[in-house]
Amino acid sequence: MDVGIVTYGVYVPCYRILPEEIGRVWGKDGAAVGKGLMVEMKSVPGLDEDTVTISVEAARRALKRKPVDPKEIGAIFVGSESHPYAVKPTATIVAEAIQAAPNLTAADFEFACKAGTAGIQALLGMVKAEYIKYGVSIGADTSQGAPGNALEYTAAAGGAAYVIGRDDVIARVNHTVSFTTDTPDFWRREGMKYPSHGERFTGTPAYFRHITSCAKMLMEKAGTKPEDYDYAVFHQPNGKFPLRVAKMLGFANEQVMTGLWTPKIGNTYSGSMLIGLAAILDEAKPGDRILAVSFGSGAGSDGFDITVTDEIKNFNRSAAPTVKELTSVYKVIDYAMYTKYREKIKMEGE
Amino acid sequence: MPVPRYWRYQDQRYNLAGSKCGVCGGVYFPQRPLCPKCHRESLGKMERVTLSGEGRIISYTVVHEPLIDYEHQAPYIMALIETPEGPILLGQIVDAEPEEVEIGREVEAVFRKLREEGKSGTIQYGYKFRLKR
Amino acid sequence: MREVAVIGVGMTKFGEHWEKSFRELGIEAGYRALLDAGIESKDVDALFVGNMSGGIFLEQEHISSMVSEAVGMTEHNVPALRVEAADASGGVAFQQAVLAIASGVYETVVVGGAEKMSDLTSIGVTDAMASMGDRSWEGLFGATIPSLYALVARRHMAEFGTTKEQLAHVAVKNHYNGARNPYAQFRREIKLETALRASPVAEPLGMFDCAPISDGAAAVVLTTFDNAKKLSEKPVVKVVGLGLATDTLALARRKEITTFKATVAAARRAYEMASIKPSDVDVAEVHDSYSIGEILAIEDLGFFKKGEGGPATEEGRTALGGEIPVNPSGGLKARGHPLGATGVAQIAELVWQLRGEAGDRQVKDARIGLAQNVGGVGGTAAVTILEVI
Repeated sequence: MDVGIVTYGVYVPCYRILPEEIGRVWGKDGAAVGKGLMVEMKSVPGLDEDTVTISVEAARRALKRKPVDPKEIGAIFVGSESHPYAVKPTATIVAEAIQAAPNLTAADFEFACKAGTAGIQALLGMVKAEYIKYGVSIGADTSQGAPGNALEYTAAAGGAAYVIGRDDVIARVNHTVSFTTDTPDFWRREGMKYPSHGERFTGTPAYFRHITSCAKMLMEKAGTKPEDYDYAVFHQPNGKFPLRVAKMLGFANEQVMTGLWTPKIGNTYSGSMLIGLAAILDEAKPGDRILAVSFGSGAGSDGFDITVTDEIKNFNRSAAPTVKELTSVYKVIDYAMYTKYREKIKMEGE
Repeated sequence: MPVPRYWRYQDQRYNLAGSKCGVCGGVYFPQRPLCPKCHRESLGKMERVTLSGEGRIISYTVVHEPLIDYEHQAPYIMALIETPEGPILLGQIVDAEPEEVEIGREVEAVFRKLREEGKSGTIQYGYKFRLKR
Repeated sequence: MREVAVIGVGMTKFGEHWEKSFRELGIEAGYRALLDAGIESKDVDALFVGNMSGGIFLEQEHISSMVSEAVGMTEHNVPALRVEAADASGGVAFQQAVLAIASGVYETVVVGGAEKMSDLTSIGVTDAMASMGDRSWEGLFGATIPSLYALVARRHMAEFGTTKEQLAHVAVKNHYNGARNPYAQFRREIKLETALRASPVAEPLGMFDCAPISDGAAAVVLTTFDNAKKLSEKPVVKVVGLGLATDTLALARRKEITTFKATVAAARRAYEMASIKPSDVDVAEVHDSYSIGEILAIEDLGFFKKGEGGPATEEGRTALGGEIPVNPSGGLKARGHPLGATGVAQIAELVWQLRGEAGDRQVKDARIGLAQNVGGVGGTAAVTILEVI
C-alpha cells in the first residue's frame, strides 16, 4: 500500500510589506535587515482574511486539482498558531466549506510552525490503518510579530493544504520520523497578542538541533544520503537558516532553492515548509525524491522521505495556481495600512 | 445577528448552495422551499445545487458610509454578479482598486470574513468576489 | 364600494426635533389635520398609523396603542392599527384606510404617518434602514440601502447614459421647491456644483443624492365622499385610484434593476381604477429617497419613456413650471423623509395642491394628483390618485 500525498493547494494573501518600510518606522536600516535575513518582502493578510479563510482557499485549491469526493474525507486537521478562535475549531469551518461534513473527524493542532506536518503524520497513520480513505491536513497562519521586534520583518500569512490518501498518491511518503524535546525557544502565552522568543537561543539549540537530528534520523531509517535526494525543503523562518542547515547536513543549494519561498513571502509559520514542499511538487517529475523537514518551536521537527510517483502525470496541477503563479501578483502597502490590516491599532472600546 | 440564524444559512453562504426546482428546473439563490413558478407542485421537490462561483459584474458601487461592524472595512466595493447558472449574487469585490472594477468584468467567488460581532462575538464568514486576472 | 374623500390634512415640520418625542409629533400632525377637516376626535371611527420601525428607533412596538393613547382616543377604545411596509408604510396605511371606509365598516378615519429617526447615531440609522432590504443576504454582506440604490444608478447610467449631473438636477429642483414649503426640512436652494461635489455615500451617489435623517409626522382625515360634500367648506379631494404591489425583497433576486416593477404594477392598477392615463396627471409626489429613485419613478409611472428620466429632469420638464411638476413639496430630499410619515405627507401635499392652497409652490390648474410611495429598494410600491371635485 502506498500512502502519501493525493493532492495539495496553496493560498497566500496578495498584500506585501517591505523590510525597508518596517525599518523606516522603527529607526533601523530595514533594507539591511531584510538582506541579512534574505527576506525581500512578507505577505500581509487583508482585513477580511484569517487562518480560516486561508485554510479554506488552500483546501479548495487542492480539491480542484483532484476530484476527491469530499464525502470520502474522513478527517480534517488544521495546524496553526493563529486560529481565529481560542475555542472553536478552524477545522470544522473548513469541513463545512469543502462540503465534507458531517461524517468525519476534525481537530485543530498547535505546535508552532510544525502544526501542519503533525497533522499529516496523524493522517498517514489513519489512512494506513484504513480508518479513513482521505484526510486533509492544513498548515496555515496569520502570525504576528511584535512591533519593532526582529520577527516583525518576517512574520507573514499563508497556508497549504495536503490531502493524504493511499494508492492514488502523487507522492509517496516512504518514511516519517520526528525529533521532539521540551525546548522553550519561542512561545506565546494565552491572551497575549505577540509571541516572545529567546533570540539567539532559537538558533543552535532549537532550529538547528531539531532539524539536523530529525534529518539524520530520517536518512538513517531510509538508508539514504543527501545525494540521493533531488530536493530538500526545511522550515524556513528566513531565507538564510534553511540554506545553513542544508549545508550542515551535506545538501547543495541547488537541492534547496526550488522549495525556498520565504524570501518572497516571509515566514508563513505553519505554512512555511508545506508551501516550500508545494513549490517542489509544482515542478517535480515521477521518481524525484524529496527530503522534507519541518520545525516547530517548543520544540520539534517532523521529517518526511518522499518519492514522487507516476500518478503526478495524471494530476491536474493547472486547475489551481502554482506557488510561482499565485505569488506573482501582489500589492505593496505601507506600515500604516499594515498596522490597520494586522489589527495592531488599539480601537474604540478596547 | 443571533447565532441560530447565522448558522442556519451557513451551507448557503459557504458553498453558494441554492435550489433547483425539480419541476421546471429553475435555479434560485439563496435556497427556497417553494418555486415561484410552480408553487405547490414544487413543495418537497427543490434540490440543493451549488453554484460554481464564476460570474460577471453587472453593476457595482463603492460604499463609503457602512453598516455597524463594517466601519473599518469602508470604503468597500459591492457588486451584483450574474452567474452562468442563472441567479444574481450580491457581494463585495476584494483585492482590487475601484478603478479596476467595471461592468462586464469576470470574477470568481472566494471565502472571506464578512464581519466580526465585536471582540467576543462570532466571526461570520461567507462569499466575496475577486477579479479574474 | 363607497367613494372616499380627504377632508383634512396636517403635518409637522420635518427635521431634527430634539425636544419633541414621537408622541408629540403625532399629536401635532393629528391636531392640525382635524382642525383642517373641521371635525373633532369624537367623530373619528378609526386610526391607521404608518410607521416603519418604532422597534429599532424607539425600542417600541405596539405603535397603534401608543398613538391612540397619545391622541386621547383610548378613552373610547377607538380601533387602531399600525401598517408597516418599510418607507411605504405611510402610503400603504392611507390605502388601507380608504379600503376600510369604502367597505362600509368605518365612516371617518384618521391616517397618520410618523417616524422619529434622529435619536440614533448616523450609523445606527444606516443600520436600521438596512432592515428595509434583505438583512441576511444584503445587510450581512455589507450592503446599505444607499449602496443598493447606487447599484441601480450605475446600471441605469450604463444602460441609458443617465449622468451624475442629471441625478444632481433632481436635488437642485427639489431644494428649489422645498425652499417654498414651510414644512420642509431644508428650505435653501442649492447649486448644481454643490450637489456634484458632495461627499460620496455609495458611489455614484453622494450626500445630495440621499434623503436626510428626519423626524416628523403627517396626518389626513378621510371620510365618505358623500360626507365630504356635506361637511367640507373646502374643495373636496376624492380618492379615485389605488394601486399596491410588491417585488422581491433583495435587489439581486430581480431580473432587471433599472425598472421598479412594483411601481409599474401599482401604477397600472391605480390608473385603471381611476380610468386615466399618465398624461392626465397634473402633479405628482414621488419617492426620491435617492435621486435615482425619482428618475425611475417618472419613467415607471409612465410620464417619460424608460431611460429618458434623466434628460427630462435636466431639461426642467418636471420642475414647478414644467409639463409634469414632480415633488413640488421638495420631495423626500428637501421636505425630509421620516420613513413612515412620507407617504402621508405626499397625500397632504397633493391635497394642498389640488385645493389651490400651495402658496409659492402652487402648480397651476392642478386637478389630478398622483402619489408614489416606495418601500426599500422597490420591494413595495403604493400609487394613489386623487382628484379635486
